[in-house]
Amino acid sequence: MEAFTKLTAIAAPIDEINVDTNQLSPSRFSKTPRGPAYANILLHDARFNADGSEKDYVLNRGPFRKAAILVTGRNFGCGSSREGAVYGLHEFGVRCVIAPSFGEIFLNNCYKNGLLPVTLPEDAAADIRRQLRERPGAQVTVDLPQQTVTDPGGKLHRFEIKPVRKRCLVEGLDDISRTLQYQEAITACEARDRASRPWLWFNRA
Amino acid sequence: MNQPLTLFEKIWTSHVILEEEGEALVRVDLALIHEGSFHAFRVLDEAKRPVARPMQVYAFADHYVPSTGRDRGAAGVADAGLREMLALLEKNTARFDIKLFGLNDEHQGILHVVPPELGMTQPGLIVAGQDSHSCTHGALGAWALGMGASEMTHVLATQAAWLRKPGTMRIALDGAPTAGVTPKDIILAVIAKIGAAGANEHVIEYAGSTVAALSMEARMTVCNMSVEAGARSGLVAPDDTTYAYLEGKQYAPRGAAWQEALAYWKTLPTDPGARYDREVKIDVAQLSPMVTWGISPEHAAPVTGTAPDPDAAPDANKRAETQTALEYMGLAPGASLLGIPVDHVFIGSCTNGRIEDLREAAEVARRGRAVVPAWVVPGSAGVKRQAEKEGLADVFRKAGFEWRDPGCSMCSAYNGDELQPGQRCASTTNRNFRGRQGRGVRTHLMSPAMAAAAAITGRLTDVREFMKA
Ligand code: SF4
Repeated sequence: MEAFTKLTAIAAPIDEINVDTNQLSPSRFSKTPRGPAYANILLHDARFNADGSEKDYVLNRGPFRKAAILVTGRNFGCGSSREGAVYGLHEFGVRCVIAPSFGEIFLNNCYKNGLLPVTLPEDAAADIRRQLRERPGAQVTVDLPQQTVTDPGGKLHRFEIKPVRKRCLVEGLDDISRTLQYQEAITACEARDRASRPWLWFNRA
Repeated sequence: MNQPLTLFEKIWTSHVILEEEGEALVRVDLALIHEGSFHAFRVLDEAKRPVARPMQVYAFADHYVPSTGRDRGAAGVADAGLREMLALLEKNTARFDIKLFGLNDEHQGILHVVPPELGMTQPGLIVAGQDSHSCTHGALGAWALGMGASEMTHVLATQAAWLRKPGTMRIALDGAPTAGVTPKDIILAVIAKIGAAGANEHVIEYAGSTVAALSMEARMTVCNMSVEAGARSGLVAPDDTTYAYLEGKQYAPRGAAWQEALAYWKTLPTDPGARYDREVKIDVAQLSPMVTWGISPEHAAPVTGTAPDPDAAPDANKRAETQTALEYMGLAPGASLLGIPVDHVFIGSCTNGRIEDLREAAEVARRGRAVVPAWVVPGSAGVKRQAEKEGLADVFRKAGFEWRDPGCSMCSAYNGDELQPGQRCASTTNRNFRGRQGRGVRTHLMSPAMAAAAAITGRLTDVREFMKA
């Protein structure tokens, strides 16, 4: 997994709320294996017409094509568990999404793919989006070790993140490696379960 | 005396392997996967890791199976891409010795319909499914949660998951539903009340006299939509309804093991005096049949109501949201919901594709003839057989409904079952998100009875009209 430390990049404002994973990655693309094709699957129906031509959507406008940070409305990534939503962001080049709140499964999918979700209060997020609309192409800095976002106007916003999430992102540590350090504890827990709920185990290996 | 615990806390505590910086490594009892899990197998291969506990993993061909032509097996799957997805699932499950309920299996069906039906889902289990509606299984007193591909890959590799302990939220449903009000209406009303993010980071426990009186399948419909209120899981304490439902099922314990299991299950319900982080109360007697008017399940109202007026919204955010929703749905502010013409009706899915749902719909279908295309897609092969045995299939066919083969069909719309842009669908599914049933398609969520009524009139209809006749 790619590590995430500090990022200074163009940020794009997405004002809508409840942008669900089906908009982020429409169902009909779900057979697509992970890869560069996901860059255009991202928000496909908002970005493209049926004939493939571009619509007037924020990510199709000048500097926002190079956005590596999105600043969005609340409940971003709600809905289905599909991970294509995160693949799309990743392939488009987005490494960080800033929002007042996120869909919970989407949040986990972000962490597990090296994408940083930052939760900022509603008015702070709205204010950053306003700045980005007024100055298209303005940059935002996200410093994970310091847990801060610096907006285009230079204002510093502190954010919270679970220490373990931070450590895994900063070190680029994937979850399976993290877990397998504890194989003994897993086996012991299974043995306890076998003793207390034997009916679940009679047909298991 | 020990500190009183909630149902969820008991399940949580008995599965925690260890805790690290606010997260717990939690043992998973059952993992449920489907065709879309191919991402997970690819990652496992890249990492050169095996499936840790194949006996605790079950696979289902559901999201990508077509709902016709299934008597011809794989040859009946016209789309080469879909055929490939199904073959890939067969190959991956065979390779790792995972039990697959495949295309031709006598128990083929949706991953949230089949496991309860066969008695796999049991009280006190942790069930992890690669679909956000895994919360359905909570109806049996299991803690069931949906996962994306990466989390599922981790479960396959370790039979455990890193999770944060959610808060607890008790939703008390009391009162007897009036005629025409089904479990689907109850859960739509709950979501309309608390909002699509109302239970974020919480696990819901549904309790109260209404829930106690609900059948097992009705509880599944309610739990199924917990995720639409933002909760990853919803559950109901096991009781005599649960035990009676499980007894004798293929995967349920038998004989002495049944007695042992039963004794354990009876320890699970929330202790008197246990505290929840949040409580919500709903008077079910006051509810009416519900439909959604917008693009989030929280955009629901009594069918006799109207679409909202954005100008009456409490704030600018809500105004913009309402405007977007009405625009997408092609509805005027304040439009009456009754009488909105529909192009298509879909009855099925893991929300409403079980036998009781089909009985409910058939009861209405008996009273007329479909005037728009109306599909009935059973949630599993077992449901299909039962419905045919009871004569429901004939009722539907006679009323001009299409009786199709089991799977997710027009709920996932991954399988060729989708509608055209601008079409309006009365649907018993769980999501009315933009494009869920095909690009530009407008979905109105409702109960099976209401969907059947819409098929007969071609419009959003108050099912109570039919009940008078
Ligand atoms: S019926 Fe719909 S919600 Fe249920 S498992 Fe299938 S796609 Fe998911």
